[in-house]
Amino acid sequence: MTQAELNLATTSDMVELPNLRRSLWDRRSLTSAGLSIGTWIAALVACVPLFSVLIMLIIRGGSKISLALFTELPPTAFEMGGGFGNAIVGTLVMVGIASILSVPLGITAAVFLSEFGPTTKIAEITRFCAKTLTGLPSILAGVFAYAAVVLVTGTYSAPAGGIALALLMVPTVILTAEESMKMVPRIMKDAAVGMGCTQTQVVWKVVLPTAMPGMITGVILAVARAAGETAPLLFTALFSNYWLIQGGKLEVMQPTASLAVLIYNFSGMPFENQIELAWAASLVLVFIVLVLNLVSRAIGERKI
Amino acid sequence: MATNTGQTIPDSDEPISSPPTGSEVLFDRIFRGFTRGCTWFIILLVIYIVVEIGGKAFPAMKEYGLSFLTSTTWDVNKGRFGILPEIWGTLYSSLLALIIGGFFGVTMAIFLTQDFLPHKLQMVFKNIVELLAAIPSVVYGLWGIFVLIPIIRPACDWMNAHLGWIPFFGTTLSGPGMLPAALVLSIMILPTVAAISQDSLLAIPPRVKEAAYGMGTTRWEAILRVMVPTAAHGIFGALVLGLGRALGETMALAMLVGNSNQISLSLFSPANTLAAMLALNFPEAGRNETQVLMYAAVILLLITLVVNVIGQVIITWASSERGSK
Amino acid sequence: MTAALDTQEITSGDQPTNGRPAIDCKIDELYYGDFLAVRDSHVPIEPKKITGFIGPSGCGKSTVLRSLNRMNDLIRSFRFKGHVLFQGQDIYASEVDPVAVRRHIGMVFQQPNPFSMSIYENVAFGLRLNRYKGNLNNSVQKALERAGLWSEVKDKLKNNGLSLSGGQQQRLCIARAIATEPSVLLMDEPCSALDPIATRTIEQLMLELKEKYTIAIVTHNMQQAMRVADKTAFLGVDISHNGRTGYLVEYGVTKQIFEAPQEELTKEYVRGEFS
Repeated sequence: MTQAELNLATTSDMVELPNLRRSLWDRRSLTSAGLSIGTWIAALVACVPLFSVLIMLIIRGGSKISLALFTELPPTAFEMGGGFGNAIVGTLVMVGIASILSVPLGITAAVFLSEFGPTTKIAEITRFCAKTLTGLPSILAGVFAYAAVVLVTGTYSAPAGGIALALLMVPTVILTAEESMKMVPRIMKDAAVGMGCTQTQVVWKVVLPTAMPGMITGVILAVARAAGETAPLLFTALFSNYWLIQGGKLEVMQPTASLAVLIYNFSGMPFENQIELAWAASLVLVFIVLVLNLVSRAIGERKI
Repeated sequence: MATNTGQTIPDSDEPISSPPTGSEVLFDRIFRGFTRGCTWFIILLVIYIVVEIGGKAFPAMKEYGLSFLTSTTWDVNKGRFGILPEIWGTLYSSLLALIIGGFFGVTMAIFLTQDFLPHKLQMVFKNIVELLAAIPSVVYGLWGIFVLIPIIRPACDWMNAHLGWIPFFGTTLSGPGMLPAALVLSIMILPTVAAISQDSLLAIPPRVKEAAYGMGTTRWEAILRVMVPTAAHGIFGALVLGLGRALGETMALAMLVGNSNQISLSLFSPANTLAAMLALNFPEAGRNETQVLMYAAVILLLITLVVNVIGQVIITWASSERGSK
Repeated sequence: MTAALDTQEITSGDQPTNGRPAIDCKIDELYYGDFLAVRDSHVPIEPKKITGFIGPSGCGKSTVLRSLNRMNDLIRSFRFKGHVLFQGQDIYASEVDPVAVRRHIGMVFQQPNPFSMSIYENVAFGLRLNRYKGNLNNSVQKALERAGLWSEVKDKLKNNGLSLSGGQQQRLCIARAIATEPSVLLMDEPCSALDPIATRTIEQLMLELKEKYTIAIVTHNMQQAMRVADKTAFLGVDISHNGRTGYLVEYGVTKQIFEAPQEELTKEYVRGEFS
């Protein structure tokens, strides 16, 4: 082809240049923008319940907050006033029992899973059991504690409730403790071994101290969950309108009040006073739970 | 820089190092054995739970057999028991919660991981979702009774009045019912679904995202055609675990579902679930009824166990798949 | 089960000066599972000298070093045939407790790995572990002085060890290792994660430390071996049997290894013909 023919060819077969200009109105960008708007709306909608709950708690519960709530006993049917001091004590006692049972057990088992036998068959089975326990409905923890403790001891009691709560705490403690210990760098453990530590000394002197912030976070989260649980306590600790401490002694082998069960019981009553107390108790409970969550987060994010 | 070999302090005459003492060696062996013992304890505990509940349920299981699962009467006096309405209620409420909570949860996960927000705002939303999970179930129940039901009742009654021929809107919302229960349930499983879906989406290697954008996709084409399918297994696992959570949830349902032994497609009719029934009937139950309730507990245990195990397996499989890529 | 090394026989303080090696390392066969990692390597580690291990990657020099204090035991599939005589006793004998061995031999790793504790506690770690009854402050100061770190950290002993720079962390690890005055110090590529200035500081340190300690060092840096090592062991890789097995090619005085090697392979390596 001559040069003239080439020129002719290129000008007549004009190639269409792609349209690079930004356009909001073509179908693809419109769809994308629409979906983004929808997502924003969905995200905001998902946040509404939290704020609604918190606001209602403050409005309806906050108005009734007074010292009397913490010092007085729950009111009976037509009584006015009253408080839930015994419920707070009961919750603290049962969560305390649950922690004493679940934390040492959970951390010790986690030491095995992370340090002494991470790849053994028994470790795999234990991890599977822990993960299965995370899915245990809380009511079934109560059913179990009923069968294993209440029927055996012949009475509703705080330990029965505590054992049910411990069942719910153990998986969280084990799994978060194992995770925290695994995060301790391998080379740090090598250093301890190189210094002549026995395996147990490596764990006690290096692994546990280094993993402590993470483990505490896990424990506090488990405690926060246990404090809010109702179902496991319904027929293990039942409820009580009296203080746990009677005549100077801590009587635990009797039905025990708790904040969660109080809220549940009072929410169904047709009395304005009780319903107001339920809101106040909810405020206190949520406050405790939120504080625990914030504390666990603060500990977990502590830098060196 | 000058180093100092530190001859200012004399060396010790005796060796500093010594082998581990007998008590150190002994303690090492004891402690290691003790940790192993603790793991055995956990395993035996799980077995004990199953055996205890199953054992107490056995007489009722023998007596009522499988008709327990298909009968709808619950008459303590006549000794006739059936949990079909509860099974229906459990499955229906959980399914509804899964659809609603799953949708919002996955959307939230996408929202938080696909560069919609600056980091600070991301943290704010993440915290909100985590706090949603922290609120105790009984408080949600209280909120549901006094806030949610009054709010949705007008809309529900309107739907019943005008669209009542659709089975889902067949009855009026007299108070507690399937819909408020399912709504609260979906709020409760949203954080679970969101958290696990987030993990799956975050685990996608950046090069996958780069490949999608490099082809000229819009943001949502990249998300829907590439990111979500890549994370599909993890998201599916998240949904299954969310379902597991919904199946086992007790208090919010006990307070909101209406505790009525009926089977109905209507979203507004009261119903009952296995967990709620246990919560309500157990405290007052006599010897006979207790055994039957244990039977119901076994069924609930089985359902939640199966769903949770499947969910765990999917998640494990999804993350090992990722690991090998 | 295991008898501890008798403290009367093993002293961390005095070194045998009768020509006996501090550690006599004879590896006949060393396996990880079915994989033969090292064979036929007999290296005497001489007291109060620096013995360097050099060789191409994969020749097993780190493996050999870690055999000297039974660190390889941490790997499940590890199997050892040969002997490692530490002051007369074979540390692989069945009655020997590896934990006891490691009390008497110090190790510094490739990556600085101070514990997540204060600088003071890092150095005091070994002293506390061995229930040292003497003055802790003095010993900590002495170790930090010997490691050339004292002047830089003496006002911040309570700070976490991980807050130091890389070079400082490594010197902290050296201080930690020598605080208990072990007779032998093993160093596994101690400078590979450090910048040239920090490297130089640590090399200088080594030359001072050898007055008191026996040192064995693994390095992939030939010039470093030339600068610090008295004796050098060159390990090569044998690929003849379908695997990569390390073995001792040549051992001798450093000057001779680098200037007049006897083996052809050594010649090629020190000339930089492969690495």
